[in-house]
Amino acid sequence: MHSQTRVYYPYVSPFDPCPPMRVKTYVVPPNLFIQFQPPGLPQFSAPEALRHGVLWPALYSPYEGRDRKGRERK
Amino acid sequence: MWIYEKKLQYPVRVSKCDPRMAKFLIEQYGGADGELAAALRYLNQRYSIPDKVIGLLTDIGTEEFAHLEMIATMVYKLTKDATVEQLEEAGLGAHYANHDRALFYNNAAGVPWTAAYIQAKGDPIADLYEDIAAEEKARATYQWLIDMTDDPDLKDGLKFLREREIVHSLRFREAVELLKEEQERKKFF
Repeated sequence: MHSQTRVYYPYVSPFDPCPPMRVKTYVVPPNLFIQFQPPGLPQFSAPEALRHGVLWPALYSPYEGRDRKGRERK
Repeated sequence: MWIYEKKLQYPVRVSKCDPRMAKFLIEQYGGADGELAAALRYLNQRYSIPDKVIGLLTDIGTEEFAHLEMIATMVYKLTKDATVEQLEEAGLGAHYANHDRALFYNNAAGVPWTAAYIQAKGDPIADLYEDIAAEEKARATYQWLIDMTDDPDLKDGLKFLREREIVHSLRFREAVELLKEEQERKKFF
């Protein structure tokens, strides 16, 4: 599946007071890409579905949080 | 920085003396889904959103101020020559007690505008969806306002404003599509 993270490189001024954060990220969760869920999508097993919070892998959106440098955790 | 053109975006004509309508129109002036909330919402979100949609927020936020002027003009025309008695009959007695005939940022029920009406979540997708929802709510409000008047000139201005909400909603949805696009491989510095 394609990445759920997008990256952009905001404008950095030579006169910024703080060291620049040159990379910013945001999440594009899978719901953005599904207009109307088609029937028959592959399913997790019941215990897996419980752990993931969703029955279908196509709708699963992992989020591990950002570290304190603003990068996304692997 | 802005450049001001001393004219309205679209001409505002009001042909029926109907101060009652001013009380309802004020919803789009100082209401939760009104033009003030829209302008401030978009212009504020510009700072923490990917560069490629900043310009869109600037343009639409600026246009919302142009719409704010149109609503203000409608309200002003409907109230400037109303007697105190007419204002009371129109349900604007409380407004007169507080503001005379001055415009004020409150909704149709007289509740003052608050920054709690707008959002800035910092997540580009959440913020743009907020903007899309706001445009649809404003479109609906214009529909209810059009329902409440039989003045063809006033309706004409309101129909123009309603159509702009439709265009803005599409532009925001296009912005979401731009942000969904897969970009070059992630680089870490």
